[in-house]
Amino acid sequence: MEHWSPTSTIDTDPQPPSVAARLLRDPKVVGAGGFILFLIVLALGAPLIAPRDPLAQNLLLATVPPTGFAEAEPGYLLGTDGLGRDVLSRVIFGTQVSLTVAFVAAGLACLIGSLLGLLAGFLGGFVEAVISRLVDVWMAFPPVLLSILLVAVLGTGLHSVIAAIVVIDWTRFCRVVRTETMGQAQMDYVTAARTIGFARPTILFREILPNVMPVLIALLTLEMGIAVVVEAILSFVGLSVSSDTPTWGGMIAEGRQIVHEAWWVLAAPLAALFATVVAFNQLGDGLARSLDPVLRR
Amino acid sequence: MSEPRLSIEALSAISLRDGNRPVLRRVSLAVDVGEVHGIVGESGAGKSTIAKAILGIIPSQVKLVGGRIAFEGRDLLSLSRNELRALLGRDIALVPQDPSTALNPSRRIEAQLTDGLRLKRGLSAKAARERAGALLEEVQIRDPERVLASYPHQLSGGMRQRVLIAAAFGLEPKLVIADEPTTALDVTVQKQILRLIRALQERHGTSVLFVSHDLGVVAKICDRLSVLYMGRVMEQGATEAVLSAPRHAYTRALLAANPRYDRPDAGLEPTPPEVIAALRTEIAAFDARVRETPDG
Amino acid sequence: MADDLLAAHGLVVAYGRPGSPAVLHGVDMRVGKGETVGIVGESGSGKTTLGRALLGLIRPVAGSVIFDGSDITALEERARRPLRRRMQIIFQDPMSSLNPRHTIGRILVEPVLLHGLAQSRAAALGLVHGVLDRVGLARGTVDRYSYELSGGQRQRVGIARAVVLRPDFVLADEIVSGLDVSTQAQVLRLLKELTSEMHLALAFISHDLSVIRSICQRVVVMREGSVVEEGPCERVFAAPVAAYTRMLIDAIPLPAVDPGWLTRGVAVEAAAAG
Repeated sequence: MEHWSPTSTIDTDPQPPSVAARLLRDPKVVGAGGFILFLIVLALGAPLIAPRDPLAQNLLLATVPPTGFAEAEPGYLLGTDGLGRDVLSRVIFGTQVSLTVAFVAAGLACLIGSLLGLLAGFLGGFVEAVISRLVDVWMAFPPVLLSILLVAVLGTGLHSVIAAIVVIDWTRFCRVVRTETMGQAQMDYVTAARTIGFARPTILFREILPNVMPVLIALLTLEMGIAVVVEAILSFVGLSVSSDTPTWGGMIAEGRQIVHEAWWVLAAPLAALFATVVAFNQLGDGLARSLDPVLRR
Repeated sequence: MSEPRLSIEALSAISLRDGNRPVLRRVSLAVDVGEVHGIVGESGAGKSTIAKAILGIIPSQVKLVGGRIAFEGRDLLSLSRNELRALLGRDIALVPQDPSTALNPSRRIEAQLTDGLRLKRGLSAKAARERAGALLEEVQIRDPERVLASYPHQLSGGMRQRVLIAAAFGLEPKLVIADEPTTALDVTVQKQILRLIRALQERHGTSVLFVSHDLGVVAKICDRLSVLYMGRVMEQGATEAVLSAPRHAYTRALLAANPRYDRPDAGLEPTPPEVIAALRTEIAAFDARVRETPDG
Repeated sequence: MADDLLAAHGLVVAYGRPGSPAVLHGVDMRVGKGETVGIVGESGSGKTTLGRALLGLIRPVAGSVIFDGSDITALEERARRPLRRRMQIIFQDPMSSLNPRHTIGRILVEPVLLHGLAQSRAAALGLVHGVLDRVGLARGTVDRYSYELSGGQRQRVGIARAVVLRPDFVLADEIVSGLDVSTQAQVLRLLKELTSEMHLALAFISHDLSVIRSICQRVVVMREGSVVEEGPCERVFAAPVAAYTRMLIDAIPLPAVDPGWLTRGVAVEAAAAG
């Protein structure tokens, strides 16, 4: 019972685990994080890791089943698609597009939305009113329509996919970060910082931002999962990168047409997509939990 | 001497989450018919745990490991859930600590007051409503109609506490457990509420188990006191005796640390380390005895 | 008064839109150099608002605040910065007043560096160690986070933060309200010693008159945004002038049996409420 102890045990109490240690202890962070790291490795090293050229067609070996099934060909672990291209290699190369979109699009949306949310939540008044109104109006646009419009204007390609995601999803970050910032700004430690005489930018970025981070990071990883799915949808309808570059969405579109003859052409990219999104969600979950010491108490 | 209404005998409990740390250490106390008995101690002493044990609402991480709680001779701990539920509200009632969270914010006062009356006393809606109005008058609410029609957030803290007291005493229970009922209130409102509890208790002959951390409050309303420290009753007796001639060092330390508006130097005496060490030793010795003779 | 450090004249504070009801209705009060003044009131009395207004955290609608001879009521943040070192605050809830993401060391060192009381981080840390020693905390506290400390320890950190800049005036806002009696005694004793050693002016806000009696020389009694009574503790407690003050004192239960206490003062309450 602390109130009875005149001498503190601070020097002998064990130090709590550091942030890194805490993260590494959470199974979700380790598992999901590990999987995503694995994907990153695949994406970066695709030319070296993929067994074959993803674009190389071989009509003689079209729709070959995956290894282990009847009529499989050696060297084509996941079989081939309608044009004889190695499914495994295409899935591996598909990580490049998916992860690029995940990190760049989600990252940009996070950056823009969070910055505006921080300013709105901290400054209040006119700034907050303007930003909130902007967000409200923006969110009134149907997202699907907006993204199609954008692609129509900018042309198909990775840049327009990323632009579409950023343009639509920044509002999500803005709203959440704004609310979180407003909540933190009410806390006594912010008043304490004001009384000490810190300048306002210092208070916002040094005092408040670290407390908003857990929510932000959780949202960011969630957004990455969403970005991957959005890209898959856009490439499914042919509005993403050119059909040369293998994308999971594109593979799903192709695989859908021959699903009765060659189910593996659909199954492989679908499984990859599913696993990736789940991994991002779980990572976000685990990060939110282990990064917030106050909550865990 | 008639049998006490409530008799707690050697009640022990441990905290499962804390490596089986003892939370209650063979607590014994008795509350007679018509007596107001105070359990006083600082936070973490285990006062609320005792109250919750009686009501059967101990949190899952706490486990009772010994003793009995006899209410009019019946051991509450051996009752089934249904049997206990039959007793609660009718014979044993609770005045909770925080009036702002104890009332349902989306239901009118009338509904919340008549619930118990209709369930436990089988009153019709009309009869229950009349009785609720009468109860509010008994707790000196001048405008019972208005209050009955109100939602909790429309009432002040003191008003809400009166409603809760009306609800608790309304079923004319034999025992009321008051768990820090005035802690959340302003000091002037606190006095009114204490006066009210005393008046109701005297009128109905109710026994009250009054849990508080405030020595001043228990001094004014309790007939007898049990002073609790780390789950162990350190001193017990008539309020007058305990407060004016405390026998145990802990009681003396508590009294010395209490500020008093009539003594400028009071309230600045933290407990000396020797006393704390002696208390720790006493608790450790008790724990050792328990380990050696578990049934002793 | 000549040696008043801080004085408020006719302070009127209202929240929200212009025309909203006032929370403070023209409050006058003063704190002398090195003096400890208690501000007592129940909920809704405006005592916390008064404290914030004195520190310039809330802009009054009317009235003025004079600090060490200068009118500081309408100062902008930038002009107020040098003043900040001289006026500090200790909060009621040390959990929310210490940034959970910063170590205690960082919380204490940054203000020192900001106001140039030390030129290097190492020198600042030395100063901080000194303050921690004085408030009775181990030096290892600098590496800890607020959630690792007990309530009493956190409150000491709050006190350390308030005095590390060696201010002239400190506002203590209900700082012992959540503490057990023994911890409260430790904190109060520490505060009393510090104010005497450092010749600090202290405004001590509390709802508890007994606590105020233990460390304050003067007391200001507030009710619903106005000052009801004001004067030296000895006089106010022994012979209160206002009916409300009498009612407040009457309502305090002392830890001694007093059979007539419950029914006494009913007439006073009626008079004060009327």
